[in-house]
Amino acid sequence: MPTVRVALQVTCVNDAMFPDTGKAVVRLLRRLGVDVDFPSAQTCCGQPMVNTGYLDEAVPVVRAFVDAFAGYDAIVTPSGSCAGSARHQHSIVADRSGDPRLAAAVAETAPRTYELSELLVDVLGVTDVGAYFPHRVTYHPTCHSLRMLGVGDRPLRLLENVRGIDLVELPNATECCGFGGTFALKNADTSVAMGGDKARHVQDTGAEVLVAGDNSCLMHIGGMLSRQRAGVRVMHLAEVLAATEDSESKAPGPVVGARAEDLP
Amino acid sequence: MSGTFVGMPAFPTAAREALGDTQLRRNLAHATHTIRDKRARVVAEVEDWEDLRLSGAGVKEAALRDLATHLETLEASLVRAGATVHWARDAEEACAIVASVARSHGADEVVKVKSMATQEIGLNEALEAEGIAAWETDLAELIVQLGEDLPSHILVPAIHRNRAEIREIFMRRMADVGRAAPDDLTDEPAVLAGAAREHLREKFLRARVAVSGANFAVADTGTLVVVESEGNGRMCLTLPDVLVSVVGIEKVVATWSDLDPMLRLLPRSSTGERMNPYTSTWSGVTPGDGPQEVHVVLLDNGRTRALADDVGRQALRCIRCSACLNVCPVYERVGGHAYGSVYPGPIGAILNPLLRGVSDEQTASLPYASSLCGACFEVCPVRIDIPSVLVDQRAAVVDSHRGDRVPKAEAVAMRAAAWTFSDSRRLRWAERASGLAGRVIGRFSRTSLPGGRPAAGRLPGPAACWTGARDLPAPPAESFREWWDRTDGGRDGGGS
Repeated sequence: MPTVRVALQVTCVNDAMFPDTGKAVVRLLRRLGVDVDFPSAQTCCGQPMVNTGYLDEAVPVVRAFVDAFAGYDAIVTPSGSCAGSARHQHSIVADRSGDPRLAAAVAETAPRTYELSELLVDVLGVTDVGAYFPHRVTYHPTCHSLRMLGVGDRPLRLLENVRGIDLVELPNATECCGFGGTFALKNADTSVAMGGDKARHVQDTGAEVLVAGDNSCLMHIGGMLSRQRAGVRVMHLAEVLAATEDSESKAPGPVVGARAEDLP
Repeated sequence: MSGTFVGMPAFPTAAREALGDTQLRRNLAHATHTIRDKRARVVAEVEDWEDLRLSGAGVKEAALRDLATHLETLEASLVRAGATVHWARDAEEACAIVASVARSHGADEVVKVKSMATQEIGLNEALEAEGIAAWETDLAELIVQLGEDLPSHILVPAIHRNRAEIREIFMRRMADVGRAAPDDLTDEPAVLAGAAREHLREKFLRARVAVSGANFAVADTGTLVVVESEGNGRMCLTLPDVLVSVVGIEKVVATWSDLDPMLRLLPRSSTGERMNPYTSTWSGVTPGDGPQEVHVVLLDNGRTRALADDVGRQALRCIRCSACLNVCPVYERVGGHAYGSVYPGPIGAILNPLLRGVSDEQTASLPYASSLCGACFEVCPVRIDIPSVLVDQRAAVVDSHRGDRVPKAEAVAMRAAAWTFSDSRRLRWAERASGLAGRVIGRFSRTSLPGGRPAAGRLPGPAACWTGARDLPAPPAESFREWWDRTDGGRDGGGS
C-alpha cells in the first residue's frame, strides 16, 4: 500500500447528521493500512452557497477549506457532490474573490480531492476491501458522482467484491433523485415528485438496502421511503464497505451500519 | 389565436399546478422516454460522436467570436442574391417589419413554417392585431394553435397532448378556420395527419405571403437553411410569392462546410433520426422559381445582451434540438408551460434570463428550476455547460438583490451559514445546538427511520417544505468532530 498523507473531509452534512459515515471511512481506511487524519479546522466545501448563487458568501468558506487541507497528499470525502465542488467550483469562487493566493491554494487542493471510491480504486489501487455484507442491495449513482466527477463503475466494482452481498440493478438508475440541495426546498413539489419515482424504482428491486455515495441524496430518498413505510433502509457506500463478518455477528438487527466499537 | 406566456406565475407555483395533472404527467413521461431512448440508440451508432460534438461547438463558438463580421458578410451575400435585409433590435421592431411586408401586398393572411424566433417575438399575436391571420403549418404547431393553447416543447410543441385530445381539438376547431375535419375522424395518427394535410393544403395554395425562421444562415453564400420533417416547410418556402424569414443573429455560421457537423448533430439529437427528411436551402431570389420577393429580418432581441455574458454566451450556440428537455427530470414531470416561455426546459432556464435579465420574478425563478443533475450537459450536441450557466445565473439573481433594503430570508440564512462555516469553532457550537435538538427530538419522537434512528415527523414553518413528504432523521447527539476528539479518532476504542 503506498504511503500517502490522507485527510478526511467529512462534509458538514456527515459531521452534523451522519457521523457514522465518517467513522466508517476511518475504520475502512485503517483496515487498508492508511492512517487517515481529520484536520479539525475544516468546515464545509461551500457548495450550499455556490449552488444557490451566493458566490461572495462562499469565499471565506472555500478559504477555510484550503487552509484546513493544505499540505496533504490526498483529501478524501464520502460525498461525490462535495468532491465535485472542490474540484470544479472552488476555482470559480477563487476567481471571483480576486485573491491570487486563494486561487493558488485552490489549484493545490482541487486536484487532490477524491471521492471515496476514487481514492480506493485510483490512489490505493484496491477494489476488494475485504467487506462482508450479506444483504440484498441496490445502488443509486448520485448525479455529481456520475456526471461532475465521472466515477463510472468504481463504486459498483467495490460493491461486487463485498462478500455475501446480493447486488441488484436499480431501474432508471442514472436519473436524478430530486434532492439538488436547496432545490429540495425551493421547488419542493417537483423534488418530491422526482423522489417518489426514485423510491418506487428502489422498491421494485426488492432490495433491503439502498446504497449511494452521498448522504444528502440518501437523506432525501430515505426520507421518502421511511414516510411511505417502504421497508427499505438507506446506507452510505462507506458503511457497507466498512462492514465485516465481525461487525455483522455483533449486529443487533438484520442490518448493521459502521459502529464505533468495531473500530480496531 | 394562441395564448401568450405574459403574466405567468414563477416556476414553483406553475410547476405545482402542472404536477397535479395526471394526464400531463403520463403524456410527458411516455413521450420524453420514447424520444430519449431513440436518440440514445442513434447517437450510439456514431463512433466519433464526442469529436462531432466538439466540432459542432467549435463551429458555433467561432461564429459567435466574430459575430459582427459574419453578420455583415451575411447581409452583403443576401443582398447580392436579391434579398432585402432588415435589422430588428427587439420583438416590436421585428413584428412591425413582417406586418409591413404583408400589408404592402394587401395580404390578410400568411402561412408559417414552425419558427422559434417568431414565437419568441409573439408574431402571430402582433399580426392578428393588424388584422392579418397567421396559419401555423407544422402539425404540432397547428394542434397548439387550434387548441388555443401554448407550446410546451421546442421540437414537439404539442408533446403534452395525446391523440384522443388531438382528435377532439380537430373536430371542434378546424371548421371555424378553414376546411373542417371529416365526420369519421379517428384518433389513429395517420388519420389525424391526413385531416391536417387536407386542412392545410387549401392554405398553402391560397397564401401569397409565407413566414419562416431558419436553423442556420451561411454568411459567405447568403444561404438560409430550414430543417424539418413534414414537408410543410418546403411548401411554405417555395409556393408563395413573398417570403419573410425571421432569423436570430446567433444562427449565422461562416461557411457552407460549417453545416457539415451541424446537419449530422441536429437530427440525431432532436428527433432521433439519422438524417432529417427535408433540408431546404435558399439564397435570395431566383427568377421564375420560388418566392420572387425575399425579406430577411435579422433579430437581436436580447442576443447581444447574452453575448456580453462571459459564462452565459455559450447558450447562443444552442441549435434548438431539445435533447436537454427530453432528458431533464424536472421537465419530464412539470412540462413546458411551467417555464413561462417558448424556450422551456434546461436551455430555457438559462436562455430566458440571459436574453431578458433577471429583474422580473418569473424569469428570476428559472435558474433555480433545476436539480443541477447535469443530464442536459451530457446530451447537448454543442456542449453547452448548462449546469455551470445555471449556477452563474443564480449568482446574477442573488447579486441583483444585494442592494435590497430588506434582505430576503434566504439571503439572511445563507450569510449566517457562511459565517458559521467560515470558522470551525462556530461550526462546533452550531453542531452542539443541533445535537441538543436531536436529543429532544429523539426523546419525543414517535417516528423512527428503518434501522431504528429517531426521526422528526412533520415540522412547522419553512421546514415543512421538507417534512411534508419526507421523514428527517433527528440530529445525532454527538457530531463526528466531537467523537473524534473524545476517542482520539477511535484509537482509544471509545464507543459511539
